[in-house]
Amino acid sequence: MATTSRDVGLDPDPDQPPAASVRSLWRLRGYLCPHLGSVAIMLLTSLAVVGTSIGIPLVTRAVIDGPIADHELGPVLPLGLLALGLGVVEAVLIFVRRWVQSTAVLAMETSMRHDLYTRLQELPMSFHSKWPAGQLLSRAIQDLSSIRRFSGFGLIFLVVNIVQVVAVTIVLLGMYWPLGLVVAATAAPIVWLSMTFEKKYVVMSRRVQDQQGDLATLAEEGALGFRVIKAFGRSEHVASEYERQARSLHASSMDKVHLSARFWTFLEVIPNLAVCVVLLLGAIGAGQGALTTGELVAFITLLLSLVWPVSSLGVILAMAQEAMSAAARILEVLDTEPAIVGGDRTIAEPRGHLRFEHVDFAFPDAPDEIVLRDVCLDVAPGETVAIVGGTGSGKTALTALVPRLHDVTGGRITIDGVDVRDLELGHLRSLVATAFEEPTLFSMSARENLTLGRADATDADVQEAIDVAQAGFVRDLPWGLDTRIGEQGMALSGGQRQRLALARAVVARPRVLVLDDTLSALDVHTEKLVEDALRTVLGATTGIVVAHRASTVLLADRVALLQDGTLTHVGQHRTLLAEVPAYRELLSADAGDRVPA
Amino acid sequence: MSADAGTKSGTGTDTDQSWRGIAAGEADTIDSADRIRFTGGSGQLLRELLRPYRRAIWILVAVVVVENAARLAIPYLVKVGIDSGIPPIRENDDLGPLGVVVALVLGATIVQAITRQIFLVRSGRIGQDLLYQLRRRVFRHFQRLSPAFHDDYTSGRIISRQTSDIDAIYEMLETGFDGLVTAFLTLVGTAVILMFLDVKLGLLALLCGPFLFWITAWFRRESAKSYRVARERVALLIVHFVESMGGVRAVQAFRREPRDLEIFDVLNDDNRRANLVAFRLVAWFMPGVRLIGNITIAAVLVYGGYLAYHGEVTVGVLAAFLLYLRRFFEPMMEISQFFNTFQSASAALEKLAGVLRVEPSVPEPVTPVPLAHRRGGLTFEQVRFSYVDGRDVLPGLDLDVPGGQTVALVGTTGAGKTTLAKLATRFYDPTSGRVLLDGVDLRDLASDDLRSSVVMVTQENFLFTGSIADNIRFGRPGASDADVEAAARALGAHDLIMALPDGYDTQVANRGGRLSAGQRQLVAFARAFLADPEVLILDEATSSLDVPSERLVQHALRTVLAGRTAVIIAHRLSTVEIADRVLVMAHGDIVEDGAPADLVAGGAGHFSDLHRAWLDSLA
Repeated sequence: MATTSRDVGLDPDPDQPPAASVRSLWRLRGYLCPHLGSVAIMLLTSLAVVGTSIGIPLVTRAVIDGPIADHELGPVLPLGLLALGLGVVEAVLIFVRRWVQSTAVLAMETSMRHDLYTRLQELPMSFHSKWPAGQLLSRAIQDLSSIRRFSGFGLIFLVVNIVQVVAVTIVLLGMYWPLGLVVAATAAPIVWLSMTFEKKYVVMSRRVQDQQGDLATLAEEGALGFRVIKAFGRSEHVASEYERQARSLHASSMDKVHLSARFWTFLEVIPNLAVCVVLLLGAIGAGQGALTTGELVAFITLLLSLVWPVSSLGVILAMAQEAMSAAARILEVLDTEPAIVGGDRTIAEPRGHLRFEHVDFAFPDAPDEIVLRDVCLDVAPGETVAIVGGTGSGKTALTALVPRLHDVTGGRITIDGVDVRDLELGHLRSLVATAFEEPTLFSMSARENLTLGRADATDADVQEAIDVAQAGFVRDLPWGLDTRIGEQGMALSGGQRQRLALARAVVARPRVLVLDDTLSALDVHTEKLVEDALRTVLGATTGIVVAHRASTVLLADRVALLQDGTLTHVGQHRTLLAEVPAYRELLSADAGDRVPA
Repeated sequence: MSADAGTKSGTGTDTDQSWRGIAAGEADTIDSADRIRFTGGSGQLLRELLRPYRRAIWILVAVVVVENAARLAIPYLVKVGIDSGIPPIRENDDLGPLGVVVALVLGATIVQAITRQIFLVRSGRIGQDLLYQLRRRVFRHFQRLSPAFHDDYTSGRIISRQTSDIDAIYEMLETGFDGLVTAFLTLVGTAVILMFLDVKLGLLALLCGPFLFWITAWFRRESAKSYRVARERVALLIVHFVESMGGVRAVQAFRREPRDLEIFDVLNDDNRRANLVAFRLVAWFMPGVRLIGNITIAAVLVYGGYLAYHGEVTVGVLAAFLLYLRRFFEPMMEISQFFNTFQSASAALEKLAGVLRVEPSVPEPVTPVPLAHRRGGLTFEQVRFSYVDGRDVLPGLDLDVPGGQTVALVGTTGAGKTTLAKLATRFYDPTSGRVLLDGVDLRDLASDDLRSSVVMVTQENFLFTGSIADNIRFGRPGASDADVEAAARALGAHDLIMALPDGYDTQVANRGGRLSAGQRQLVAFARAFLADPEVLILDEATSSLDVPSERLVQHALRTVLAGRTAVIIAHRLSTVEIADRVLVMAHGDIVEDGAPADLVAGGAGHFSDLHRAWLDSLA
């Protein structure tokens, strides 16, 4: 199948829908296995319900043809009690099926979601940078629901409905075969119609869904870009674009309305036409004594009881189709092997000696674009090195290699002499902590956000880190450290978020601290305070500091200049400033002629 | 406060969720009333939306009544066929009466088909028109609202108003509406016909009514509760999922996976349990209805058989009764499913109505004053401003910036620099006092005039889906490719853009593009220059640029700002060199005002201190 035939190691493409097949659904059968007993019960009860639903009209026939026709009152009550018994049994069976089903399918869905989430957590940045969270979300929610719906409902009724249609048709044929043939003949156009309808409907629904997605993107941009739109006075421009998209959605939705209107009308017309024919032929037959009146009534009742099972076959087939593509989309994730897996070594007494040895790097989805080439750097334990380079020189990529958010494509990185790829992944990442330029805050309490890297941090650790990062503002939040921050909580400014990200890295007490341009959003005054506090932390920790500003560079013992992916100069700030024009160009604001004095 | 956290995270779980933290006023939780009516704002909004379709709806009602009459006539006609069609055949092979009945069934079928088609298409059209109008209105409304509103109402909520809430209404219109109308008419129509067919049997059959009513009321109440809990649970699950995937870099870098999985499992299981409650309600309700239906059928069968034995009803009546009874119970399922879609839709409408009620705090003038002379002169007269009552950010600012002047605004965080910029661009209106552009109060200017004259560039360099060229052109939608390139060249961004994979056609949303913060900012700059305003406000606009790019922009600014009024806000003083005038702000006041050289030369002021500190930071 499509997902496995791809080269191992290549991530699937989110823009390319995987091929849906019965096999993809079948491969997920393992999740249904613990609930096989339940599935059996669901199937058996459903089949039994078919029996009762055929039985009740037959009892009706017996009443009409027996007591009423023979003018004999005696059997009415027992037959009535039989109908009642069947009715009660039917209700109980339905109850059992639904009860069992709710437990089983929800448990199945939950365990699939667990596995999906676990796998997604293992997949590296190269996967996640290609797959937007929304794409993954629709797999975790919508796709799993459609599999759940199919396995709890579709699968059962696919079997049951076919059995019911066949059984009823046999009963009808047995009762009065010419009419039975009429009924059997009507099933064919309904099934055919349902299937062609579903095919068209799936295409149209896909188009409507896509357009809804496009519209959602515009709504998103309207919200996120609001201030830009406002500043330029382009509300009319974006609104008319939004309306244009909304109109095409409207048009596609109307196509869908027309198609389903036609389909649902046909679906009701065909059984009614069958009733016409059955009434005509049946009444003639009854008049001529070929069948009894009771049989005719039972016949029509049974005929009408077939409408749902037959017409829902189309819906069920659509459900199956949907579940198959859902399964394929989920397998796409589950089949992707994590490209970055940990080794088994740990360092008993880490000192934090970091070495880059002839490191090459290119992003996995652009292997020809070399980002880093032959980078060599030795950072002694406790030493801090600043990385300086122009836009796009590969600074951030370099820092991402240390905690293995990406892997080197050539050479190696060692900590205390051990290749990072041989280290246990959790252990490696406990040695290295990064404060990112664009910090991610989660919708959780401030404390939970701070202790991300060390859940067992004491309150004193947290307070200390807050002081270092000058993030005292968290204590002034309405509920202090228990205040929820992030998208669903208190809104924080860019500078506040950066300081929290820094505090988060400090709390983790790493051997190697990476600061990826962490102070860019701070004003000069705060930056100075943070830098003073950081000096103590960095005194005992190995540090990599990505810097744009001379003031940040001064945190470091040495500076490495990165140009086009290669380290060209390493040395003292003052030396580089004096000797390397490119460095001067990058860092020196050439203060002399700034303000004409 | 812990009680607050407890109620909000629901009652169905006792797992520790303290990690979630506390937030004020959970604005998006659904109120506790498990109502099934459109009340208050949502009712009014619905009426407003439906108003243009009043006539169409009445026509629809007529159509749907005819359709249901035709539909319900068929079992009755079957009865007539059995009762009066068969005897003539038995007696004298007379097919006439039967033929008439069959023709009537055929006629009813055709009428039903036509009316059904009309109903589905017309109601579909009304629904889609309504959705379109609602989408349009909500989108425009959000664009019309003031930045102050957007500051509080997160973008996530704005997006979900326009996606999941509209979807909920769509869902109701698509599946629920037709089902409910048909179900209701079937229920009423069937009851009437049963009574018409035979009063005694009809009364017996309708005895099930109270039971049906009771079980439905119970289900409605309970499912409203369970459904609401389930929706809250899945919302929490979604938030956690999206955040841990969106922030996967931090998750992995800080070995957060086990803790995140632990939390996810709790939420996943909460969601499962909430759904289980909802599913089990259905497991009681569905067979319950079926049981009531089956008991009724058995009773009708016995009593009907008894009556038929005594010749009080015909076999045909009995047959029709049994056929109608089946139809009587079927819609109950539809109604029960409708409750849930109805509930979401009503909650969604409520939220939308709430948003639509909000009026922009910065309204358009009723009678705009035209801008006669566009020179870009900006005047603040006694401007007082506060975000929160009683805490003035600007206590009373007087400032006059003549057209063409470049002003640098410096001062510590919280001094009021950004507020001043927001007032000059009318993101906010002053609490008292006036802001004037070329002598006209901003509140009297048409939005188009104001926005074409005053443009602000901030750190927030949002780029829209599309190419680099599209994004630059956002500043002036009619601009030619040559204009776009000229704007980029003026800023020195041309070479950088040409180095990208597809030059100006590089898609910015494409993650492969890998635009750095600095590159995005350059595009944002080019966008502003293409707009060609008289007044340009730069709020920390160069802070994410590295030194070489910043220098590039500085050089470009010298030419670009010529003949323009400019207000430049910067933490770093490198910007100051191109300014004609420096304003030092502290606590909402201007404490120093003068040419940069004079202020430095003065030696004792804030600015010369700042300048010295800045020189130190350059090392």
